[in-house]
Amino acid sequence: MRKAGYYSTTTVLAVLFLLPMIWTLYSSTHGPQATNGAGGWGVDNYERMSRYGEGIGLYVLNTTVAALVTVLVTVVATTLGGYAMARLSFPGKNLLFLVTLAILMVPYTTILIPLYIVLGWLGLQNSLIGLGLVLAMFQLPFGLFMMRNSFEALPVELEEAALIDGCTPGGALRRVLLRGVAPGIVTVALFSFLASWNEFVAPLIFLTDGTKFTLPIALYNLQSGNLGSIDYGALQAGVVTAALPCVLVFLLLQRYYVSGFSAGALKG
Amino acid sequence: MVATLSRPARSVRAGAPAGRGPGRGRRRLGLLYSAPMAVIVLLLFVLPLVLMFWMSFNHWPLLGASAPNGVENYSALSDPLFLRAIWFTLKYTLVTTVVLSLVAFGLALLMQEARRGVGFFRTIYFLPAAVGLGSASLLFYGLYNTGDSPLNTLLADVGLGPVDWLGTNGSALSSTIGMITWRFAGFYMLILLTGLQSIEPVLYEAARTDGAGRWQIMRYVTLPLLRPTLALMTVLSVTGSLLAFDQFFIITGGRHDTTTVAIDIYREAFLNQDLGRACAISVAVLAVLILLNAVQMRLIRRED
Repeated sequence: MRKAGYYSTTTVLAVLFLLPMIWTLYSSTHGPQATNGAGGWGVDNYERMSRYGEGIGLYVLNTTVAALVTVLVTVVATTLGGYAMARLSFPGKNLLFLVTLAILMVPYTTILIPLYIVLGWLGLQNSLIGLGLVLAMFQLPFGLFMMRNSFEALPVELEEAALIDGCTPGGALRRVLLRGVAPGIVTVALFSFLASWNEFVAPLIFLTDGTKFTLPIALYNLQSGNLGSIDYGALQAGVVTAALPCVLVFLLLQRYYVSGFSAGALKG
Repeated sequence: MVATLSRPARSVRAGAPAGRGPGRGRRRLGLLYSAPMAVIVLLLFVLPLVLMFWMSFNHWPLLGASAPNGVENYSALSDPLFLRAIWFTLKYTLVTTVVLSLVAFGLALLMQEARRGVGFFRTIYFLPAAVGLGSASLLFYGLYNTGDSPLNTLLADVGLGPVDWLGTNGSALSSTIGMITWRFAGFYMLILLTGLQSIEPVLYEAARTDGAGRWQIMRYVTLPLLRPTLALMTVLSVTGSLLAFDQFFIITGGRHDTTTVAIDIYREAFLNQDLGRACAISVAVLAVLILLNAVQMRLIRRED
């Protein structure tokens, strides 16, 4: 009896959590304008959505570019930095560590405006690379934390053996240690990908040129109805397009996501 | 975080391999390896932070030359629109944090038991967190707005409604909180599960041996030991809600009665084109948040 109660509760909750997504999927493929008559199934919504603005392909490409820059910069900077924090000593080490962690204390909407100016100085305003760099910066504390812990978890003997076998420190890092910290790297890449792909405020502020827009910004413009009335069908098709990659990536890599939590990355 | 800060970073092995001068080569390598991070932190974090203070004491239009104007920008803090934004943001933060904590805690308790299928349900509850906040806001915007909105269709089926989900202040607020709960409950559930799993099973056994009931175990074992995790969840939720932007910007268009502090900063900067005033508000918000974080950190540390 208790078992039945448990499973009916969890199932009802699961349905509640899934319903909004199912509704979007459904309404993106159905609608008054659907090909086979009123309310029938069809991809009309997707067709209209894909022609919106500069064409949805460009927005997907822009979002991908920004996300790749974010992931690449975050992974490279925090892998090297994490190794340095775990295994090397150098002047300014503790200061750098503390300042990087302080990024967590400064919620990021508060520094977007000066960042806007700084990007202008660097010639990176209205640029996907600039956007990617900024988003990477906000991923640094988590990434550094994760990578430092990953390197600390590797036995020092592993590196020593490689050095004795004639590897340079750089070679040891590349050939031996990277394999050991690979789960950490995947976790950092996953977190920074999701954050970058979904980011709304930063591109809203930094990107002014319609050909540079990322998917969330393009969808926001679609919703705010530049053409008068809002095309809800196309909007839901856009939501599916934006959300699907993230849901799939999460489902594939959730092992790493969960380990990101339990690795203490988000613990007090 | 505190645990890590107080733990001294493991010192480097003095014995670098024979042949290469132990200290210097490794030291240079350390500087080299941390350089990419250091450059980004300096250019995109420290510099903007300093600049934000500087800008807050200058008349700084979006276009055109800037000029010092003392503390004039800080008059933005007494602007009635800003005060209204603060009030709305506080109200939103309080309600969201309470609702989210309760739902997430309930989910975590359900998902804590090792039963068949628990992993499957955990994944489903977490899934909305994989959807971006912007996408989630657009999704619910459609859910609340469309003529054949499934919510109103459902209500009509049981003879109720239709409800104007975003029409009034109150309904717009609760509709948005509904979306946020959907989006974040699974995320916070995962954090709480991490905390629950770090409680030694021995403690539960001991409590049971001493004759404690379910509620007593909850009250005297689970909740006290979960305090650091609960505090962390509160910090995340409070900080996140105080800076809420996407959800109101998208769902309600941030119309005046649902303007949050972050939207107010955005407006000041890019609609009124006054970056100096926007920075003055940012400085004030930042100061409050750092103070708040410091208090929370102290609370967590005491529990450690």
